[in-house]
Amino acid sequence: MIQLLDYDFMRRALMAAVFTGLAAPAIGTFLVQRRLALLGDGLGHVALTGVALGLVTGVAPILTAVVVAVLGAVLIELLRMYGRTSGDVALAMLFYGGIAGGILLANLADERATSLNGYLFGSITTVSDSDLRLVAILAVVVIALAIGLSPQLFAVCQDEEHARVSGVPVRAYSILIAVLAAVTITVAMRTVGLLLVSALMIVPVAASQQLTRSFRTTHLAAMVIGLLAALGGVVTSYEINTQPGPTIVMIALAVFGLAALVAAAARRVRAHRRTAEIS
Amino acid sequence: MTTPLKARGVTVSLDGRPVLRGVDLDVAAGEFVALLGANGSGKSTLVRAAIGLVPMSAGSVELFGTPLAHFKDRTRLGYVPQRSRAVAGVPATVQEVVMSGRLSHRRFFGRRSRADTVAVAAAIERVGLAGRTRSSLSDLSGGQQQRVLIARALASEAELLVMDEPTAGVDHDNQESLAELLGGLVHDGASVLLVAHELGPLRPLIDRAVVVRDGSIAYHGPVDDLIGEDHAHVHTHDAIPSLPVGLTGEGVWR
Repeated sequence: MIQLLDYDFMRRALMAAVFTGLAAPAIGTFLVQRRLALLGDGLGHVALTGVALGLVTGVAPILTAVVVAVLGAVLIELLRMYGRTSGDVALAMLFYGGIAGGILLANLADERATSLNGYLFGSITTVSDSDLRLVAILAVVVIALAIGLSPQLFAVCQDEEHARVSGVPVRAYSILIAVLAAVTITVAMRTVGLLLVSALMIVPVAASQQLTRSFRTTHLAAMVIGLLAALGGVVTSYEINTQPGPTIVMIALAVFGLAALVAAAARRVRAHRRTAEIS
Repeated sequence: MTTPLKARGVTVSLDGRPVLRGVDLDVAAGEFVALLGANGSGKSTLVRAAIGLVPMSAGSVELFGTPLAHFKDRTRLGYVPQRSRAVAGVPATVQEVVMSGRLSHRRFFGRRSRADTVAVAAAIERVGLAGRTRSSLSDLSGGQQQRVLIARALASEAELLVMDEPTAGVDHDNQESLAELLGGLVHDGASVLLVAHELGPLRPLIDRAVVVRDGSIAYHGPVDDLIGEDHAHVHTHDAIPSLPVGLTGEGVWR
């Protein structure tokens, strides 16, 4: 563990894991509350086109990915608001377009599809200093807005129509949530990869809400679980020589399984106690 | 005192099909108005248009004397949606949901104030859930969830409560406590506009019933002139013959 910190690339990897682990559930909680858990997945697909655009043009892929994912997020929200076609079909087409467009662009630029692999599945150990700086800035913005605006975002995600009647600018906040999700995806792209990014936004939330009653606790506990899974995943993957992305996601899923077991046991104890009181 | 709600010639089309045709509706200060009608009659659309959730193709709405588009004084308006929409994808406590009713009092990045906390506690107390403040919404019964949504509207210190089918799926005992609660609120000066399928224990509270049929007003007047609970058997005082529900243009197939 100590020797692990001797390597520069591992120190950067751990830093990236901290930012990703905290930011992903910070915004993911609102997606789950809104029942848009799969939005992150879709935006990840769209971001792939952005990565390919970066590889083709020689601009840092993390920058082009953030721009394309944000544009995709705004487009999705506009479709949800004004679209006349069925919302989920429109989303599905955008997502497929994103992944197909990404791979085609990379092909056309003679980039082997393998150069996309690092973005699809993450390659946390190749994170450079400038990558890390960008990841840190974006993650801090996401976390600050997700926590600072949580009363407003809570109201919009809990009951959109009530929020509208109360004079909350629902459209602006909906777009903000989608944009923050898009930014988070680019933050997490190097850590867990675009195909698994949504897992880190959703699984810690699913795990924490097994054991919580309030929104606030769910939100904060999800961030702690995300942090532990991301750090644990990087360390474990170093020890057992596996890819960090899938390792992080498996640890998060294991925490979910454990939380679900504890919750089920707690329910059973409570029910048992109630029957004991009655008899 | 200004009229809380004044709607004139409200016309709404959904997907090119007319749902409301030039409907007028008033709610006076301190008045309890019930909006009745069959499924698909347009009654829910009427309240939703009145508070800006559904765009009108013609007509005008004034809330407290201000045109809807310019109405900024949102604290005076309390919307209580159908209970089925209460629970979201992440747990939330009674306190958290009721606190969201205070947002219209807050600035953009504003933190909660002492007044917010006091108003929320008072609203929860008023609906009789003081012991459940920290309970998760999903652990409450249907009637209790309905009361949480009312508390959220009360927390903003609303003067006009607009409620969409608050009695739907609520058992008789809870309907009675709801009636008691609403009676107290009207006594204290609130105005209520309520959409209902059946009146039940709310009946004695109602100052005026408005029956919507086929997107027009079929009846308005005292609730006593309505026979029984069934909105389909309304004494119409105008020339429109009563049609059995389901044979009308819209019916349940909306």
